[in-house]
Amino acid sequence: MTVSAALDSRFRDAAATSGALDVGYDVVESPVGPLLVAASDSGVCRISFHADPDEHLEALARAYGPRVLRARSAVDDVRRQLDEYFEGRRQGFELDLDTRAVQPFAQRVLAELALIPFGETTTYGALAAKVDAPRAARAVGTVMNRNPIPIVLPCHRVVGANGSLTGYGGGLHVKERLLRLEGVLL
Amino acid sequence: MRPRLRLTEMMELVTPIPPFERFYLDHRDAVFAFLCRRLPREAAEDVFQETFLRALRSYQSLAHGEHLRAWVLTIAGRLVIDDGRRSRPQTHELPEIPVLDGRPAYAELEHLAEALPPTERAAVVLRYGYDLDYDDIAGALGSSPEAARQAASSGVRRLRRKELT
Repeated sequence: MTVSAALDSRFRDAAATSGALDVGYDVVESPVGPLLVAASDSGVCRISFHADPDEHLEALARAYGPRVLRARSAVDDVRRQLDEYFEGRRQGFELDLDTRAVQPFAQRVLAELALIPFGETTTYGALAAKVDAPRAARAVGTVMNRNPIPIVLPCHRVVGANGSLTGYGGGLHVKERLLRLEGVLL
Repeated sequence: MRPRLRLTEMMELVTPIPPFERFYLDHRDAVFAFLCRRLPREAAEDVFQETFLRALRSYQSLAHGEHLRAWVLTIAGRLVIDDGRRSRPQTHELPEIPVLDGRPAYAELEHLAEALPPTERAAVVLRYGYDLDYDDIAGALGSSPEAARQAASSGVRRLRRKELT
């Protein structure tokens, strides 16, 4: 006797609204490929270009608690805003973020990163200067590399001092695509 | 004297609690099959959802990840009994099912079986308290149906001996 898809999603929805989940997640389709999106009670805690949940379950459980469950409705808000962004109807995200698993220095860098507007770019060095660590461009690069919530926290808007795209967790072609979407690269 | 284990070695002996998603995927079909054998389809679906919601609420307080099948079937078994009580026609002529001191059979049995070794205790309670068959019990204990039958019967023998003394 196996559980029907209807019963399965009924339970997952009930779990998401019960308030008993540490993290609810789902795989969201996007023009840059499927994204794993996860949210806690406090907000979005993870977006990943590696969309296979198996790669994330243990890490999410370690960081936020073991009650981690795939539940479509837990990330409804993020899905809707990402859809709007990719359709060109949204320039900024109105989402609570849960960055409690992030180290203090990275917290400061991500807070500055969040302020870079749609359609603009900055450099690793300039971002380092903003957090009063002007010589920490490389460390800022590492923070970008480990950005837990890409797209929403726009590390794609940070480029090398010579204007080169340098690197991106989702692959350089994704960074290029996001910057084109925002009208930076024509 | 046995050598003392270091903390890290002890931690390796404890089965970690899996992320709830893995626990749910591992046990949902067995729980649903268990419920379908005892309840009409619609009630089985309601109790299925309630079982995993309860499991979710108590998941934080688990000390380790062992015997999770037995744990979730125990939750399901209790809810089946509650469901039976709710749906029984309430008339004044019909007395409650007689239980010795007002507690349901499974509670009585859990108390009686407290002194048994863990495997025998689980087998006795699941067999006679929750009316699971030996296939289910084997699944819950991670053993064979025959081993489950032997554990239940040696548990019962031990209880009888205790009663006589």
